[in-house]
Amino acid sequence: MSGAPILSAFRQALGEAWAGGAGALLPLGFFAGTTVLVPLGVGTEPATLRAIGPGILWVSLALSSLVTLERVFQADTEDGALDLWLQTGAPAAAIAAAKTFAHWLTAGLPLALLSPMLLLMFQARASGALLENMGLYAIGGIAFYFWGGVGAALSATVRRGGLLISLIALPLYVPTAIFGALAMGDGPSSASAPLFLAATTLFALAAAPFAMGAALRLAAD
Amino acid sequence: MSVGSLLYGNNIGIMRGERVLFRDVSLSLSPGEAIVLRGANGAGKTTLLRILAGLTQAETGEVSKQGAHHWIAHREGLKPHETPADHLRLWARAWGQTVEVRQLLADMGLSKPADVPAKYLSAGQRRRTALARLRLEDRPIWLLDEPFTALDADGKSLLQAMISNHRTQGGGVIAAIHGEAGFEFDTQVEI
Repeated sequence: MSGAPILSAFRQALGEAWAGGAGALLPLGFFAGTTVLVPLGVGTEPATLRAIGPGILWVSLALSSLVTLERVFQADTEDGALDLWLQTGAPAAAIAAAKTFAHWLTAGLPLALLSPMLLLMFQARASGALLENMGLYAIGGIAFYFWGGVGAALSATVRRGGLLISLIALPLYVPTAIFGALAMGDGPSSASAPLFLAATTLFALAAAPFAMGAALRLAAD
Repeated sequence: MSVGSLLYGNNIGIMRGERVLFRDVSLSLSPGEAIVLRGANGAGKTTLLRILAGLTQAETGEVSKQGAHHWIAHREGLKPHETPADHLRLWARAWGQTVEVRQLLADMGLSKPADVPAKYLSAGQRRRTALARLRLEDRPIWLLDEPFTALDADGKSLLQAMISNHRTQGGGVIAAIHGEAGFEFDTQVEI
């Protein structure tokens, strides 16, 4: 078996994100929008904003990831592409991982890249820490998108499955959100928390593809 | 299993919900043979094809295949923004084939809409695009679900020619076809 089908699935998923045009921008708008609304709700006290900023961004990132995940596998079941991918001989888990990774690249990574600007709006001091945080949002985002992908694969044949995806994925987001927030605080565990954050992402990368693959086989059955 | 058969299915049966959709369906596809699946709407022709393709798990029975198969179904697998040229390039690459895509499109009567996104294509053009996948790679078994649907007279004779060419080269075809006059087949399987 060669990796050609997996690479093709990755390419197709990338192409779809760009072809959708505004599709890839939707989570970006949602992410920025929710973040901008928060100061209006909690007041503009700089110390408060600086304290809650990183945490608000984790929550926004988790919710933004759910905005577009619904269509990742659902479109494939509706237009018959899933049947073709499952017959390529490549493992369903690998196809699912390729598609999810492409989705994170087009929808999740831009959110992390936007994070320094949003943190500045939360009165964060301009420093190298902003870039470090950007890296943490990128790493944590991978875990969000892969667990979200499990929800998306399980609800691939369910119309309006968005709520179902949230119910399945949000509990799985918890460890990543906890270690992500700890890594950006100045508590005693802020030094080791980035490692635990990375561990949650590695676990998602290792486990989620198999769950997605099995769910997609079920969706085609 | 008989010697030299391309595909062999034995006592296949499946439940859908609480209902037995069909049971004890057996078939064997020899090189050069065409099998037509017949049955009323909802009898399970598509389900049987999906079982033969390995997409759906049968409750009983077994399927064995000698060689790879092509799969053409109602849902063509085209993305809304994907053009026929994109589609064929994608699958040629996924299957590790190098194919002269423009020539293939011309052969399939798709020169004009070659670069038109699928969402603007007619049903017949979409069907021709899907059928073009049959020519991307030589595979001995063709599983076709209502392949003549939406095709015009030209398209129908094109597909007839593709099928008879495939059979002369020792390939086999299993097709679910609803009252298509003029399609020559050797065996009819009732579901």
